Amino acid sequence: MSGLLAGKRLLVTGVITDASIAFSVAKLAQENGAQVVLTGFGRLSLVERIAKRLPEPAPVIELDVTNPEQLAGLADKVREHVDGLDGVVHSVGFAPQSCLGGGFLDAPWEDVATALHVSTYSYKSLATACLPLMGRGGAVVGLTFDAQLAWPVYDWMGVAKAGLESASRYLALHLGKHGIRSNLVSAGPLRTMAAKSIPGFEQFEDAWVQRAPLGWDLSDQESAARACLALLSDWFPATTGEIVHVDGGFHAVGA
Amino acid sequence: MATRAEITSGLGEILEEVAGVNPDDVAEEKSFTDDLDVDSLSMVEVVVAAEEKFGVKIPDNEVQNLKTVGDAVSYIEANS
Repeated sequence: MSGLLAGKRLLVTGVITDASIAFSVAKLAQENGAQVVLTGFGRLSLVERIAKRLPEPAPVIELDVTNPEQLAGLADKVREHVDGLDGVVHSVGFAPQSCLGGGFLDAPWEDVATALHVSTYSYKSLATACLPLMGRGGAVVGLTFDAQLAWPVYDWMGVAKAGLESASRYLALHLGKHGIRSNLVSAGPLRTMAAKSIPGFEQFEDAWVQRAPLGWDLSDQESAARACLALLSDWFPATTGEIVHVDGGFHAVGA
Repeated sequence: MATRAEITSGLGEILEEVAGVNPDDVAEEKSFTDDLDVDSLSMVEVVVAAEEKFGVKIPDNEVQNLKTVGDAVSYIEANS
């Protein structure tokens, strides 16, 4: 098989519908020669239905990224489908409703802790769980939403993303000796299931569409997915700890 | 081309499988959220399963208009 990811074996988390960024990553990766294994959480039956919509139906492994037993058993479950991994895609995030939508000052620590566990710490947990399967040239790629600024309604999820951005740099630091890279794609707002669960998400949609130098399509998951593929490929061999913005250029301009 | 009764019965099977709804409760006037207690993620799966069963594409912006079983039946009837 030819293509950017010919022969690569990938684990992709975070598929829940065919609007998921992870779905676009899995689809494009298969179209470019990769073998894909998915993980699903919560509604596994939904993930399995969606997995059948890929060009090649992909196996789905149940994974709660906060569950130590499932993380410990992940490598063996992945080995049932592929003999190793060349790339891991982290497209996981969650915050209880109290943490979003303007409740920043009142969200209790327990809820914030959940947000950080699922959205930040899990990046490290997923990477270390997959480490036994990975060798030199391997890549971990995650999805962030620009955490340099405070956004309306994003609240503690923004803090979690700031942590994720830092965690990716530390992962780059600690996995460098294994020849494994860690990079993030910072996508503009996309109308996914995750976005639907953020009350008031539409508040920054319009600004983005109008201000981004290249414009911005709120339903174009493929641009972010393409960047993920590039970072998973052999074409960024000396890049790690990096954040690639796929946001129409919004981050680069003022008003 | 399925009749409205056939579509309703097909949706009943999906609702039972996906959301544990008693198929005897499924009728055209029933609201997915208020009467059948289908949460938003279950609704996503109901839509995906219905797309497969009836060979239709139900875009996101249509899903929010499907308040009752009858709304869904009408959409499927018109688009399958």
